[in-house]
Amino acid sequence: MSTFKFVGKSLAYSIISLIGLSVLVFVLARVLPGNPARAALGPNAPPEAVQALMQQLHLNEPLYIQYWYWISGIFTGNWGLSLYTHRNVLLDVEQFFPATLELIIMAGIIDLLLAIPLGLLAGKMENTYVDNIIRVLTYIGIAIPSFVVAIFLQLIFGYGLHLFPIIGELSPGVTPPPRITGLYVIDGLLTGEFNVVVDAIWHLILPSFSLALGPLAQEARILRSAVVENKNSDFTLSEISHGLPDSIITTKYLLKPSLIPMITIYALDISSIIANAFLIEFIFNWPGISRYGLNAMLSKDLNGIIAVVMIAGVLFVIANTLVDVIIGYLDPRSREEVSD
Amino acid sequence: MVMENGKILEVKDLAVSYKVYEGILKVLRNVSFYVLKGEKIGIIGESGCGKTTSMKSIMRILPTNALLEGGEIYYKGKNILKISKKEMTYLRRHSISMIFQDPSTALNPVFKIGPQIYDIVKYSSDRRLTKSEIHELAISYLKQAALPEPERILDSYPFQLSGGMKQRVNIAMSLASANDLLIADEPGTSLDVTIEDQIMRLLKSIVEEKHLSIILISHALGTVRGFVDRIYVMYAGTIVEYGPTKSIFSNPLHPYTRLLIESVPKLMGKKIPEGIPGVVPSYLNPPLGCRFSTRCPFKMDICEREMPQVYEAEDGHFVACHLFRKEGS
Ligand SMILES: Nc1ncnc2c1ncn2[C@@H]1O[C@H](COP(=O)(O)OP(=O)(O)O)[C@@H](O)[C@H]1O
Ligand SMILES: [Mg+2]
Repeated sequence: MSTFKFVGKSLAYSIISLIGLSVLVFVLARVLPGNPARAALGPNAPPEAVQALMQQLHLNEPLYIQYWYWISGIFTGNWGLSLYTHRNVLLDVEQFFPATLELIIMAGIIDLLLAIPLGLLAGKMENTYVDNIIRVLTYIGIAIPSFVVAIFLQLIFGYGLHLFPIIGELSPGVTPPPRITGLYVIDGLLTGEFNVVVDAIWHLILPSFSLALGPLAQEARILRSAVVENKNSDFTLSEISHGLPDSIITTKYLLKPSLIPMITIYALDISSIIANAFLIEFIFNWPGISRYGLNAMLSKDLNGIIAVVMIAGVLFVIANTLVDVIIGYLDPRSREEVSD
Repeated sequence: MVMENGKILEVKDLAVSYKVYEGILKVLRNVSFYVLKGEKIGIIGESGCGKTTSMKSIMRILPTNALLEGGEIYYKGKNILKISKKEMTYLRRHSISMIFQDPSTALNPVFKIGPQIYDIVKYSSDRRLTKSEIHELAISYLKQAALPEPERILDSYPFQLSGGMKQRVNIAMSLASANDLLIADEPGTSLDVTIEDQIMRLLKSIVEEKHLSIILISHALGTVRGFVDRIYVMYAGTIVEYGPTKSIFSNPLHPYTRLLIESVPKLMGKKIPEGIPGVVPSYLNPPLGCRFSTRCPFKMDICEREMPQVYEAEDGHFVACHLFRKEGS
């Protein structure tokens, strides 16, 4: 009951943030200088045609009416016409977004899978050579921007060692699986095309690792210091003095409280992963939504821009809600605060 | 099992320091004490005098910056500073247990009491217990610690319980493994006086019922008076006096003990006690001689140069003070 209430509250906050974001983005896009109808039709179009298009796009109406048209369209599947691809923006999103989502999810997973063992190990082995090696590695990871990491990885593991592909989502000759979610790994699993799954994961590793390195390095450091602190706390000493096995103390009683600060940062790091994904997609020629987003901006395609920004916002809000729920699970006190 | 003179625990010349940014804190020096089987001893001293450090040494849970610089700790005849990790774990599971000073930090904040006590019960048993056996045992320990509604306690997080209840939970947990020796490190200090009183009575009844030996730590003499058989008085990392509780109160010898007893508020007294003038010396550069010499009203020249030996002043009553030096020694 209290967990249900907690998740509900967290969701309610998310929805409020999303409404706020949608208004902000919408207003920003509309107050940008330049006339989108003119931009769409080109400089030689007759003024009557421009007027007609503006009429059609409700550009002559007050902003709140325009917002209403737009937001009700979102829920009825009419995301407006893209002035750049000349079709419903929703179709564009359906085409380009899954590849981006897959990249971000993979980065989020690699992030946690590496940050947790590294941080825990460094904390347990405080001030030993293992800790020092991890310290140096994580400093490097924090210092280097993700696009530089990407280029290095391409040079070393792609051109140099030929271990990983450098560009694209699938190898040439591998046909994409039947489209269900648009995420190749998931679709491959659902349709039993495991060679596609392997190939897709193989292509995901370098770009998603480039995205994950900075965040995971930072999170490993935060986890390490929490582990060091909790390791000398009374409750850990008490657990040791009751004779609990070291393995249980470390992976259960020490890890859970130590994860709390790290997971809090994880929510923020997801947003940097989303932001950096735009750059990484260019470097790896990833058929995601970033190229579409860039072109939308250059051609002042209002509906396209709004859709891309809103998607980034929705992703961030979903990640935040998830993190809230995880924190609620990890830290019973936070749950109490919310349900009061 | 070899047990020298019925001593279950004997600490000999323990020396522990802490490494800190400013240098080395030379905390424990020449700390020696013993506990007989079934005996109740008290260790008394101002906060910061090294009581907790001594107990953590026995449990082998000193923090990572602690330096064990000397001494032996015999438990049932074996030096527990030398035994393997496995043997130590065995003792922690089946023989010795420690109750920590602050009940609000001694329980893991993010787990319910249930899983915490279940794990302790599970690993303190000689054989594999079923889930329901573990549950039953946990309930019985909570009941022995006089906790009402044990089922509700098991389903609570530490922050949902009062300080007194948390300390009872700690006591319940120690029941699983304290079959011989219980170490209670200021078990009531952080609680209200009335709650502290209840906790002390609970401990007393448990210790007597299970015929346990206990080391009861306190910063105040009054707390242990009606409880323990013998008292050790600690000052700045050294034991300054020890003896049967009666003789300590009727005939305190060390100037520090005398001041300590005088500073206990007396209900009938007219004067408000002033406490002991001066402060505990820094552990970075402690006095070469007696550590109390910087505050002692009876200080002599030798006190600054030499650490005093231990002299037996009356039967079983010892004092480490140059005032009691025997002729010719
Ligand atoms: N982990 C530590 N690092 C540095 N100094 C410590 C540490 N633990 C305790 N000390 C110091 O050791 C001295 C004795 O502490 P403690 O054993 O806790 O005394 P008590 O239990 O009698 O209050 C104090 O001066 C305290 O500051
Ligand atoms: Mg203490």
